[in-house]
Amino acid sequence: MTEISENTNSSAGNVPLVELRNISISFGGIHAVNNASVELNAGEVVALVGHNGAGKSTLIKILSGAYKRDAGSIYVQGEEAHIANPRDAKRYGIETIYQTLALADNVDAAANLFLGRELRTRWGTLDDAAMESATRRVMGRLNPRFQRFKEPVSSLSGGQRQSVAIARAILFNARILIMDEPTAALGPQETAQVSDLVRQLKADGIGIFLISHDIHDVFDLADRIVVMKNGQVVGTARTSDVTEDEVLGMIILGKCPPGAVPGPGALQVATAA
Amino acid sequence: MADLAAAQDRASVTSGGMVSRFLKATELDTRMLGMLGALAIIWIGFHILSGGLFLTPRNLWNLSVQSASVAIMSTGMVLVIVTRNIDLSVGSLLGFVGMVMGVTQASFLPQFLGFEHPATWIIALAVGIAVGAMIGGLQGFIIAYLGVPAFIVTLGGLLIWRGSAWWVTSGRTVAPLDSTFRLMGGGANGAIGAQWSWIVGIVACVALVLLLWMARRQRRRFNFPLRPLWAEVFLGVVGSGFILACIAVVNAYPLPPAIARRYAEDNNIPIPEGGLFISHGIAIPVLMAVGVGVIMTFLARRTRFGRYVFAIGGNPEAAVLAGINTRWVMMKIFILMGVLAAIAAAVSSARLNAATNAMGTLDELLVIAAAVIGGTSLSGGVGTIAGAMIGAVLMQSIATGMILLGVDTPLQNIVVGVVLVVAVWLDTIYRKRVKV
Ligand SMILES: Nc1ncnc2c1ncn2[C@@H]1O[C@H](COP(=O)(O)OP(=O)(O)OP(=O)(O)O)[C@@H](O)[C@H]1O
Ligand SMILES: [Mg+2]
Repeated sequence: MTEISENTNSSAGNVPLVELRNISISFGGIHAVNNASVELNAGEVVALVGHNGAGKSTLIKILSGAYKRDAGSIYVQGEEAHIANPRDAKRYGIETIYQTLALADNVDAAANLFLGRELRTRWGTLDDAAMESATRRVMGRLNPRFQRFKEPVSSLSGGQRQSVAIARAILFNARILIMDEPTAALGPQETAQVSDLVRQLKADGIGIFLISHDIHDVFDLADRIVVMKNGQVVGTARTSDVTEDEVLGMIILGKCPPGAVPGPGALQVATAA
Repeated sequence: MADLAAAQDRASVTSGGMVSRFLKATELDTRMLGMLGALAIIWIGFHILSGGLFLTPRNLWNLSVQSASVAIMSTGMVLVIVTRNIDLSVGSLLGFVGMVMGVTQASFLPQFLGFEHPATWIIALAVGIAVGAMIGGLQGFIIAYLGVPAFIVTLGGLLIWRGSAWWVTSGRTVAPLDSTFRLMGGGANGAIGAQWSWIVGIVACVALVLLLWMARRQRRRFNFPLRPLWAEVFLGVVGSGFILACIAVVNAYPLPPAIARRYAEDNNIPIPEGGLFISHGIAIPVLMAVGVGVIMTFLARRTRFGRYVFAIGGNPEAAVLAGINTRWVMMKIFILMGVLAAIAAAVSSARLNAATNAMGTLDELLVIAAAVIGGTSLSGGVGTIAGAMIGAVLMQSIATGMILLGVDTPLQNIVVGVVLVVAVWLDTIYRKRVKV
């Protein structure tokens, strides 16, 4: 908790919690992300939106250590962060809910929640009971009806699996939370629960990157919106400064409205005119 | 809503009938039970067909010794296959390491220690294990870090180590081996006798009860649902009964009269009328196999390493994203496989009282078959050590049974092949039914 109040202080001092500067990566010939810069403050929700294949997941996977960037740098609280693999990212308090969920299907919820960070008894063996207990607690917060703790997650429903992935991300007191389409498989009630969770985490001073195709949700939850198109940032806007239609225009046409700060991907003709 | 779900849960429990309620309460693995059932059918079938020759202490004791080598290696193969790899080199590796251990004890060490030095066996075994670990590590490194598919690397290994086994002595058989080393092969001397067998059995029973009790206490500490007490008692009683029955069987197999007489003379025991009954007891290789099985089960179920092995098998990408060093885990699995092949080589060569460059030929197929029959899924993520060991016994039972019946070798191979395919087919049906 002390850490979190520090975060809030530093954001007051105008140092962003995370800053991605001029990130580029290409796969073969495709520039999946091209010179993208994004920043996130403590206690802020930044939505990343864009068409399919715009490069949203790729960008956040660079932050979470899943991909190695070709160029650019990452700063956490003003200091350059060295993130070469997922373990590094976790050390900076960056937790990720992947679009693909990234669950090991053949083991149970507790094993997934603690994967890579297992609790151990004093003899160094796995403390399954303690892990299950913590799992029951955190799942109770997200999805109280969930009871299938002993089964491999492959036998869970899509939404239950998504709950497991979310539970894993919030279990370890993240400072920076990345949510890549976290509610895609959830029912209305569970989606509302995740929205509540986002607000609650935000109030705790956690910075959240939220990727979503649901513009309604985005306006509901996010403080700022970053629009991506063909791997580039079209523009960044405060949700209070733009309308849903303007954001759709940014996503589809790359047209930057007056309320937004244009990025390298903005339609040049529009700005000239 | 929560009540509704709970009510449905309860409904599904009560509607299942006696058998499923029993299985749920005891949390027994139905697949494992099925395999034990199949084993029982095979044993009884051969017993009847052979006119009562199969289910004798003598045959079962021999069966246990003959299964040991493949059973030891199958425990490692489970981990290899769980991570979606394969190891085709274990048979050749066994041959090569066997030759290395043979030469170490029969020609290298005697130069310094003389023959039959008490430390010879352990040095030879240690050298073998080190060589096995190094070769396994090399193969694992190429697979995990250089990204060459395991099938190819170990196919290469199959040729390389078989060739190397020949090179060690230019094809000469190494014999005889150190007499202490030979105890690892079983035989009349390589068993621990009745008294020690009972001690081992009782220790195992106590350990079983202790494990059940500790698991229950742990669950109670966190207020988790507990197994009904009758189910715990049932597991404890049946498990202990099974262990003690096994001990009784191996103790019912006496040493051959000539050896018993020599033993009696050495120890000044008077020979009663009608001959002396001295039990074999548990064979040392069987004890080694059981020990390996216990350690490997512990590794697979209770350690981080084991958890990572299964997670990698379930979803390699997720394992990487969770921060697991999957390459290193993979390499460790192959090192472990090399060590197990070395232990199996010690057992095999000790049993033969010789190291030959053809030892272990085709063992890789038996080992893979044992793991697969034992429920290890070739698509990864699923498998148990105990299942693979039972699979090894099952394969050996079929082989032994057919030898008892006087079936020709070609027909034996045909039957084993058919059994393998049918077993995996049944397993596929089973998995579709229960959707595991
Ligand atoms: N591992 C990869 N190898 C090759 N190309 C990739 C890889 N990952 C992403 N790409 C490519 O990079 C581009 C961006 O993909 P990305 O997954 O970041 O899109 P996205 O914005 O998350 O889309 P969606 O809304 O569909 O999730 C796409 O053209 C995709 O084909
Ligand atoms: Mg995506």
